[in-house]
Amino acid sequence: MNKGTAPHTLNFDTGWAYSPAPESTDHVHIKDQYKLFIGGKFVAPKSGKYFDTINPANEKVLARVAQAGAADVDRAVTAARDAYDTVWSKMKPAERGKYIYRIARIIQERAREFAVIESMDGGKPIREARDVDIPLAAAHFFYYAGWADKLDYAFPCRTPQSLGVAGQIIPWNFPLLMAAWKIAPALACGNTVVLKPAETTPLTALKLAEVIEAADLPPGVVNILTGDGSTGAAIVNHDDVNKIAFTGSTNVGRIIQRALAGTDKKYTLELGGKAANIIFADAAIDQAVEGIVNAIFFNQGHVCCAGSRLLVQESVADEVIAKLKERMQTLIVGDPLDKNTDIGAINSAAQLERINAYLELGQEEGAEMFQCGDKKPSKGYWCQPTLFTNVAQSHRIVREEIFGPVLAIQTFRTLDEAVAKANNTQYGLSGGIWTDKGAKIFSVGAKIRAGVIWANTFNKFDPTSPFGGYKESGVGREGGMHGLSAYLDLH
Amino acid sequence: MDKTIKAEGRSIDSTPSRKTPSAAKSASGGRAKLPTSTRLSVEKTYKLYINGKFPRTESGRYFTVADAKGNIAANMCRASRKDFREAVLAARAAFNSWAGASAYLRGQILYRVAEMLEARAEQFVTELKLMGLDKRAASREVTAAIDCLVYYAGWTDKYQQVFSAVNPVASSHFNFSILEPVGVVSILAGQENALLGFVEAISPVIAGGNTGIALASQQNPLCAISFAEVLHSSDVPPGVINILSGYRNELAEHFASHMNVNAIIANGDDAGEIKMIQEQAANNIKRVIIRKEAIAPDPYQIIDTQETKTTWHPIGG
Repeated sequence: MNKGTAPHTLNFDTGWAYSPAPESTDHVHIKDQYKLFIGGKFVAPKSGKYFDTINPANEKVLARVAQAGAADVDRAVTAARDAYDTVWSKMKPAERGKYIYRIARIIQERAREFAVIESMDGGKPIREARDVDIPLAAAHFFYYAGWADKLDYAFPCRTPQSLGVAGQIIPWNFPLLMAAWKIAPALACGNTVVLKPAETTPLTALKLAEVIEAADLPPGVVNILTGDGSTGAAIVNHDDVNKIAFTGSTNVGRIIQRALAGTDKKYTLELGGKAANIIFADAAIDQAVEGIVNAIFFNQGHVCCAGSRLLVQESVADEVIAKLKERMQTLIVGDPLDKNTDIGAINSAAQLERINAYLELGQEEGAEMFQCGDKKPSKGYWCQPTLFTNVAQSHRIVREEIFGPVLAIQTFRTLDEAVAKANNTQYGLSGGIWTDKGAKIFSVGAKIRAGVIWANTFNKFDPTSPFGGYKESGVGREGGMHGLSAYLDLH
Repeated sequence: MDKTIKAEGRSIDSTPSRKTPSAAKSASGGRAKLPTSTRLSVEKTYKLYINGKFPRTESGRYFTVADAKGNIAANMCRASRKDFREAVLAARAAFNSWAGASAYLRGQILYRVAEMLEARAEQFVTELKLMGLDKRAASREVTAAIDCLVYYAGWTDKYQQVFSAVNPVASSHFNFSILEPVGVVSILAGQENALLGFVEAISPVIAGGNTGIALASQQNPLCAISFAEVLHSSDVPPGVINILSGYRNELAEHFASHMNVNAIIANGDDAGEIKMIQEQAANNIKRVIIRKEAIAPDPYQIIDTQETKTTWHPIGG
């Protein structure tokens, strides 16, 4: 048990333990080796190099995937350009839309397989992959498909034009969903795509390539390249790419923004966050506690918009923290494929190392750490749900994005103090407000400098709902009507 | 640029003669000898506009601006990085209340600016003529600037309605997206159209509830600095717009790199400068709006310095 850990108040040794409820994997097709998807075909990387993608819950190799180099990026961009020039930009918008509808439908049909692979490759609980990632990915394609022939209505007095080839680089926390966020609006707006999934979670993007093949999209409209940071850099720096869309850390976003200086490439950046989740004394406390859990422990806290800073009004702080600690003890950490699991595996050894470094740092800085549940599988990468109390605004665990199931708790007395603390960050992606007073929601919601405000809820997503950050959390919006302009020339 | 902007002269004798809009003076340099029976005109000192005040540059530096005939039109403040930082502080301090002002109020204040400019039109025509425009062109530029202000005054309470959205999410939530100002905006005004270009650059920024720091045209800063007097008499709160004059190649980097500035608008087509601005802007993921050529006013220029905020709330008992 870790330093500062409070005694557990709930006793689970009562014979009421959950029986394992693992999702079966026998219906899932994963090949031993995946090539690059370029020009409608799976082709070997020029370098001949492949790397392993593993299951972070048991460290077993799931498949070997190709490492795309600069020559492969060039091939993919050329294929995308050809497809843009000869087919996609000339196709009737309504027909373009119908291809995208097809993708949505096939994902729905294969949803269970996608969910299982997403869980295996990334470590997220099957319940979340099944109920959130995959349905939302299909919904994104379905939503943007319908925009393809309606773009003129979105921008008064403008004639929207497609941009050309979009280079898209996505993270490992919502692999298929992020691919959908990127590909669906790009295609609807008449662009072609070169997409790079994250190094640790390439499988569902490669399965998506199979869907795109099955949907009979013209070759080269969507190209999918697996690889590491160097592959991403080659996409960003390729001269014939017209637009870059990136989701990932603020540091990499900064590098990309700098790299694009002096070019005419358009870009959208969806970067880090350190969201404040504000609990007022007049909130429905039990609901707020559920909201806090969902805000920080959803997807192991691997969420850029996670509510990683809890701001709780002083008069209810003891009650909220006590209830939160009690609730945390009921969270089940373990096999991501088990339908009872709340918190799955940390995505990679490297990410676990980063999180653990913050856990040590938080204690060194003088904060008090609480963790619960010390049973972990012997293999794989795991982090117990963690909270820190007695933290100061200056602590690095309050200022920096940890990207794990780690919550820093601060208190406040007045509304103004809550707002000041919430905004005391270079980030501005999201924020949470819990109160039963409608007027307070509107006044605080207007003062929080962030792109998404969840009032009496948290971590909700929808294809119709624009998402994106203020300040150093990014540039531009994805989702909704506002997400279209990122892929269009409006001049 | 070299032809119109003289290096700081140490000796008054080495600089061209000084002409003012109101009176030509002795060409022999220095303060004019007073001809008998002629009234000596009172010349305006062109200063900076920071936080609703007219300070000189803290650096004590100046540069001269020549009129169309090559005579010195004025000694301008050559603003420093520190002046810029002061202006950023003023703009940041003014942001919350300006962003929180009602759209109706912002519209009325912008309309008031137009009224004040109309009342002072003659002054700006004279300044523009001094810099080489003929009377008709000068009048046209001033009236276009006035009309631009009226145009954006009208947009303050309409762009939100045109560009916001209620989003039909599938779950049981009410979800809406509204626009909010991005924050503090630094603005490099174009070198052309000393008045109109300046007004077109700042109007959509403040119409949308942002605050800003604008660098006047280096070649022709007179109108921009005089425009500060218009703003000053128009109920625009201190700090909402701050105006500097100075060397663009000295200040542009600071306009682009400052960590407390959320967006930069750069008017101009110098490829080297554009690249520098885009690189520096990455320090804090600044939004970069490059306008290589003048464009007519439209609401999309308001949207350029807006963020979209989306709010979710559950529906249910």
